[in-house]
Amino acid sequence: MGKLQKLAMSDEGFIFDPETGSSFTVNQTGLFILKLLKEGKSQEEVVEALTEEFDVSREEAARDLIDFLEQLRLNGLLREEKSV
Amino acid sequence: MKKPYEKPVIFKLKTGFMNKFGGGSYFLKKVRSEIEGISVDELVKEFGSPLFVFSERKLRQKFRELKNAFTLRYPNVEFSWSYKTNYLDAICAILHDEGETAEVVSEFEYEKARRLGVPGNKIIYNGPYKPLDSLRVAVREGARINVDHFEEIADLEQVADELGAKPRIGIRLNMDTGIQPQWSRFGFNLESGQAIDAVKRIAAGGKLELVGLHCHIGTFILEPRAYEQEVKKMVEFAYRIEEEFGFKIEYLDIGGGFPSKNRLRGIYLPPDVAVPSVDEFAEGVCNALLSSLRPGDYPKLILESGRAIVDEAGYLITTVHAAKRMPNGRKAYVVDAGVNILFTAFWYHFNVELDREVNGPAEPCILYGPLCMNIDVVDDMVQLPPLPRGTRLILSPVGAYNVTQWMQFIRYRPNVVLIGENGEVELIREAEDLSDIVRRERLPERLELKWKD
Ligand SMILES: Cc1ncc(COP(=O)(O)O)c(C=O)c1O
Repeated sequence: MGKLQKLAMSDEGFIFDPETGSSFTVNQTGLFILKLLKEGKSQEEVVEALTEEFDVSREEAARDLIDFLEQLRLNGLLREEKSV
Repeated sequence: MKKPYEKPVIFKLKTGFMNKFGGGSYFLKKVRSEIEGISVDELVKEFGSPLFVFSERKLRQKFRELKNAFTLRYPNVEFSWSYKTNYLDAICAILHDEGETAEVVSEFEYEKARRLGVPGNKIIYNGPYKPLDSLRVAVREGARINVDHFEEIADLEQVADELGAKPRIGIRLNMDTGIQPQWSRFGFNLESGQAIDAVKRIAAGGKLELVGLHCHIGTFILEPRAYEQEVKKMVEFAYRIEEEFGFKIEYLDIGGGFPSKNRLRGIYLPPDVAVPSVDEFAEGVCNALLSSLRPGDYPKLILESGRAIVDEAGYLITTVHAAKRMPNGRKAYVVDAGVNILFTAFWYHFNVELDREVNGPAEPCILYGPLCMNIDVVDDMVQLPPLPRGTRLILSPVGAYNVTQWMQFIRYRPNVVLIGENGEVELIREAEDLSDIVRRERLPERLELKWKD
C-alpha cells in the first residue's frame, strides 16, 4: 500500500502522517488532488478533474500539479520509488 | 459554474512554533492595482515591463515635508539636490523648481546640472576627485567647492593664480558622531587635528577664502543624535577658525543621510517603527544649532538630503515570468527586473505589492531577477501567495540610487515614466536598445566577421 493511502485527511484540509507523526495543512485544491491521488488516479486524470471542477486552464493545472507533487515529495509524503 | 481556482499548496504544521514568518507579516498580500490613479495594467501595456514609475506629487510632497521641518525651526536653510541619488533631468527639474540648488560630485554631474540650466553659483561641488579642469570651470562660474584633501588646496591655489581670483571655498570634515561606520575617508579629520592643519595651510597660502564647512556622516542614518553631534562640532570648529584665522564661516553644510521609509536588510522592524520622522531630525539639528550659535549669528544651514526625498517617489513594476521550487522546498519566482536595474536590492527588502488579488496562503518566497548570474536576487524572503505567471509585482520605494547606479548588464535598461500632478503619464527616460550600447564601440576592420548568413 502506498504512503498516500495511510494518510488521514479531514475535509478541512488537516493531514496526519501516522508513520512520522507529522501534521500538515492543505488548501481546497490541494485536498482535491490528494483525494484523487489516494484513489490511485493518474496525473492526466487529476488534471482533467481539476479543469472540470475549477476555473483553470489545462496548462496551468498541469504545471501546478507538478509543483504540488514536488511539495508532497519534499514533505516525505510520496515515496521516491513511486513516481505518480 | 466552476469553482474559483487557487494553486494547490501543502504546509507542514509545526507545534509550538507557528510559522514565524506567517500571519501579520509586513508584506503579506498587499494589492496595488494603480499608481497615482493610473492602472498598473495600462502603464505596462503602454510602456512595457519592467517599468520605473515616479510620482511627481509624492516627490514634491516629500521635499516640502523636509523643507518645512527645517525652515520652521531655523531662519537660513538651503537644500541642495544630491545628483548622485537621482540625476534624471525630470527629477532634478522638479526639485530645482521647488528651490533646491544642485550638489554634484563629478564633472559629469556638474555638466548635467549646467545643461539643465542651473547657474554655477547654485552648484555645490563635492567629492574626492575633482580634475583640475573641472576646478577651473567651477571657480570661474562661481560654484561652491568643498575641498576634500591637501592636494586639492594646492590645485585651487593654482587655479586662483591662473584666474587672478580669490576663490571662496569650503572644506569637508569627517568626525566621530558616535555612529559606525565613520566615513573617515572623505575630507579632513576633526579629532586628529588634520582639519585645523588644513585651515592653517589655506591661511598660509593666502590665495583662498575659507567660508564654509561641509560634512556628510553617512547614509540611511537612523540616529538623530548623530546629527546633533555633527552640528555642535561644526559650530565649535567654525568659531575656532574665526578666532584663530579670521575666516568667517558663512555656511554649514551637514550633508545628507536621512533615511527613507525602506526596510534595511537585517532590520526586522517595519520602517514606520524603525525610521525616525523628519521632524525628529530637524528638531535635533536645529536645536543643536541654535543652542551652540552665538545670538544673532545665523550661518546658512545646507542640507544635501537625497534618499529621504526621492526614494518613496519611485516604484518598479515587474512581472512574474516563471515559478520554481528549490530543492529545499522554498518557492521561487523569476521576475523580469533584477539587480542590474535594482541596485538597492543589496540593502533593502522592498515593499512588494501585487497588481491583483491572488488567492491562496502566503509562503516565504525568493524573487530572482532575469540575469543568468547567481547574484541576481531581488529578495530572498518575501511572503507571497501562489502567483500565476504574468502577475505584476510593484516594488517600492526604489526612487533613490537605482536609476543612477543601475548598469547596462545582460539586459537593456527599461523605460522610466513620470506621473504628473494632473495624472499625465510622461516618458522621462526611454528604454535602451542595441544602438545605445554599440554606439561607442569600434570594431577594428581586420576583426570583422566574414560569415555568411
Ligand atoms: C556628499 C554627499 N551629500 C549628500 C549625499 C546624499 O545622501 P543621502 O541620499 O543618504 O541623503 C551623499 C551620498 O552619499 C554624499 O556623499
